[in-house]
Amino acid sequence: MSGDGSLDRLKRDGRIVVVGASLAGLRGAETLREEGFTGSLTMIGDEPYEPYDRPPLSKQILLGRATADHTLLPRRRAIDAEWRLGVPATGLDMAARRVRLGDGDEVEYDRLLIATGVRARPWPKEDEAELDGVFVLRTRDDAYALERSLAQSPRRVLVIGAGFTGSEIASACRERGIAVTVAERAAAPLVGALGGVIGAVAAELHHENGVDLRCGVMVTGLEGDSTGRVRTAHFSDGNSVEADVVVVALGATRNTEWLAGSGLGAGPRGIACDAGCRAFDIRGIVTDDIYVAGDVARSPHPLFGYQFLSLEHWGNAVSQAETAAHNMMSESADRRPHIWVPAFWSSQFGVNIKSVGVPTMGTEIVIAQGALNERRFTGVYGYQGRVIGAVTFDQSKWLQFYQQQIETTAPFPPPFPTVDRRLEGQHPRDADFPDPSVPTHGPTVTLSGYAPDDRRLTFTPARH
Amino acid sequence: MRLVVDLNRCQGYAQCAFLAPDVFAMHGEESLLYNPLAEEERHEEVARAVAACPVQAILVEADPSAEAPRTRPGGDR
Repeated sequence: MSGDGSLDRLKRDGRIVVVGASLAGLRGAETLREEGFTGSLTMIGDEPYEPYDRPPLSKQILLGRATADHTLLPRRRAIDAEWRLGVPATGLDMAARRVRLGDGDEVEYDRLLIATGVRARPWPKEDEAELDGVFVLRTRDDAYALERSLAQSPRRVLVIGAGFTGSEIASACRERGIAVTVAERAAAPLVGALGGVIGAVAAELHHENGVDLRCGVMVTGLEGDSTGRVRTAHFSDGNSVEADVVVVALGATRNTEWLAGSGLGAGPRGIACDAGCRAFDIRGIVTDDIYVAGDVARSPHPLFGYQFLSLEHWGNAVSQAETAAHNMMSESADRRPHIWVPAFWSSQFGVNIKSVGVPTMGTEIVIAQGALNERRFTGVYGYQGRVIGAVTFDQSKWLQFYQQQIETTAPFPPPFPTVDRRLEGQHPRDADFPDPSVPTHGPTVTLSGYAPDDRRLTFTPARH
Repeated sequence: MRLVVDLNRCQGYAQCAFLAPDVFAMHGEESLLYNPLAEEERHEEVARAVAACPVQAILVEADPSAEAPRTRPGGDR
């Protein structure tokens, strides 16, 4: 289409529809306007709210430091959009370029940006999930309801799942002086995302802060009283615990069901797209008019063996949406690849946990700075002789350096002496990730692709 | 006034917590907790915090009167 004027026409009076009115959808829309798009812009969101920020929901909001309706995202610029909020998209007709809405309406597009994200995985037994006092935490309404019940001083809260969200919830409860039990199927908290070496530190954080942590158990059932209020949870080891609040923190499910049968390459693991954020159809052919961004996208990353990464990361949503919008407004030679290096943070038990790269690809870990028992350290993950990821506990200033190490495929273990390194950090050891064939809810980075079990690929860039 | 902090960028320098303590507070050694809807009368302190942040991680809505979503029933055009 280069040079035939079609891009100019699109920019001038095209119709762009953004499905998903959260962080990625908003930043994408702003970038479209930034890039000179003057046509019509429609924002579709299933929640009745303007785009709001989610990370504070499990932190400031649960601590009662801010209220759930106060996290609306600041705008970078006016986007002059038509908003269809409180209405989910229910279908896509790729041939007619139409999105169907839950209220029966249809919206036509010339370009579509899909940013429908994920939702909390609910408790699998429906009748138990409906008991009063059983919560998930993903949306503003979830946070409002959970905070309100925490404010009523429950005798005990049970958190099911010790990933990042579950751990943050447990942390907020302890800070409010509420008794908490955490049940985790794996051997330690955070192991799915950071491995067993770091998981052991996370477990100590739980213990030190008075959490009743039960690892290696599953919750087999929730029992309510005669009024339909949750009362008891039963564990696979035969024990049970009395709790009047139960928070199900078992990870997230991608919002792709509305695309079933559309012909787009969408499924439970997300929507596959190329490095330029263009969606694949089910034949593996890249579309020209449908772009994907944020938690719902899976895109190949050159630094990580071109494996398709699905990232539930705030920074990824922003970066991918910007790239998708830029590419939508560009001739093919001007398009950019989405090569954001994964990064996330979590704040729990007063410790700032941050990470870059893909720790889950790591087979070994070395503590490059600080010490595990001081809760202040930098762990560097290695994969086939290169640095593939890093995690810090209260040492975020080191992360940028290790990001450069990842980007330049620097050797592992790091051959240079580091400051503040203790004895335990001298030698790499097994990073101790759980068997990848056993499903866990924990990882925030998922490695997948056409050959998900093939981990032999490595990317070796030209050296200057 | 709406604000958001890019906590990937934030390295806990705590300049914001010194300059606008009613809006930003350190939580532990390095974590930052902030009020995402700061009161308008904190505007000057917040502006100072935005300017002082060594990693420029704070985004405040530029135009406080930025459009409220308008909804038009029916049709997209």
